[in-house]
Amino acid sequence: MNGVHDMGGMQDMGPVQAEKNEPVFHEPWQGRAYAVTRAMGAWRKWNLDASRFQREQIAPVDYFRLSYYERWVVALVELMLRNGMVTPAELESGKPDPGSAKQTPPLTAEKVPILTSKGVPARRDVAVTARFHAGERVRARNMNPVGHTRLVRYARGKNGTIHMDHGVFLFPDTNALFLGEKPQHVYSVRFAARELWGEQAAPQDSVYIDMWDDYLEPA
Amino acid sequence: MTTNRRDFLTAAVTAVGAVVTPDLSHAHDHDHEHQAVPSDPTLRVKALESLLVEKGLVDRSALDALIDTYEHKVGPRNGARVVARAWADPAYRQRLLTNADAAIAELGYGGLQGEHMVVVENTPKVHNLVVCTLCSCYPWPVLGLPPVWYKSAPFRSRAVIDPRGVLREFGLELADDVELRVWDSTAELRYLVLPERPAGSEKLSEEELAALVTRDAMIGVGIAARRQGDRG
Repeated sequence: MNGVHDMGGMQDMGPVQAEKNEPVFHEPWQGRAYAVTRAMGAWRKWNLDASRFQREQIAPVDYFRLSYYERWVVALVELMLRNGMVTPAELESGKPDPGSAKQTPPLTAEKVPILTSKGVPARRDVAVTARFHAGERVRARNMNPVGHTRLVRYARGKNGTIHMDHGVFLFPDTNALFLGEKPQHVYSVRFAARELWGEQAAPQDSVYIDMWDDYLEPA
Repeated sequence: MTTNRRDFLTAAVTAVGAVVTPDLSHAHDHDHEHQAVPSDPTLRVKALESLLVEKGLVDRSALDALIDTYEHKVGPRNGARVVARAWADPAYRQRLLTNADAAIAELGYGGLQGEHMVVVENTPKVHNLVVCTLCSCYPWPVLGLPPVWYKSAPFRSRAVIDPRGVLREFGLELADDVELRVWDSTAELRYLVLPERPAGSEKLSEEELAALVTRDAMIGVGIAARRQGDRG
């Protein structure tokens, strides 16, 4: 989806404002929002790509108005509603609906160190033929899907060179929509800064973008 | 862009009201008024957490453990130890650059949002900068959770089109003969910059070296440097 989340190359967003000695969470609610989102993910009713897609569907004006963890909460609530895990009445009242059965959370404190230290790998150990190889010239496809994609807008239609093959990974475009993992090679592709931005870019600079096989065509 | 619109954007992005109806003409007033009372997200998230706990969907102690992990256990000191080891041990440096996952695991780090790591090395002629233009991808096991500026529109938008300008805002002026490589974390690979070892650090211990490595240097918006008065 050509949404506002796809920010690479946009201008007039103002200076980068770095904060000295920044805390991990500025306010307690941000930590709670972060943790609740992680803990609800453990139900595996959705995946990482689906939750990213949910955040991308926040209306543009709200995407900019909301702070980072507010966007997480908005997306989490939507995912829970869509999966029938909470009801609008419960969100309104703050209490479980009468007669609803109490469940058992999948993520306990004992399992947190396992989750954080093992992670959720996206690499898949399956044999898939690589269509491209290091050193080959490629073009990022010009496509504009309305669903989830990790093909950044600023690279579409641009030519680059395969820098390296990262191996086989699940494909977010289908995974986000629960249409299967469609495992395929992910490559690091080098784009000259001038190919992306023209003469205003420094001639020796470049942007390396990770791209799935389906995003590429021979140049 | 008019001053008014800029002011509104600044106020709106930093304001904490999630469901407050935007009122462009009074955005600033609202911002100030809200500082005296509990902010809306505080109440909203508290209510949400209570509901989910009561329904048995989340375990409150698991939430505490998650927060404690990223507030106290996992952060940029992990990455600094990786970098210091690479500076001190050439064989480790080689392993880190060719198989980052295994090399980082040697120091006991790895996991969520760092399952597939790539380490890119700065040299006198190459500088690396990491960004995620699409969201906020960042190598948690070695750097912890990302700072606000890394997730912000200014950095995400400009790091790819005007990276030298962004670095200048961080006080880093790249020479014309330095090649700048920007790594846009669009997939599940997570990037860590191996900064150049500061000159004059030859006699430092690994622990002392780690103290020179900043989070910003491992993202590529800074460099590792000896501070005034450091022994060497």
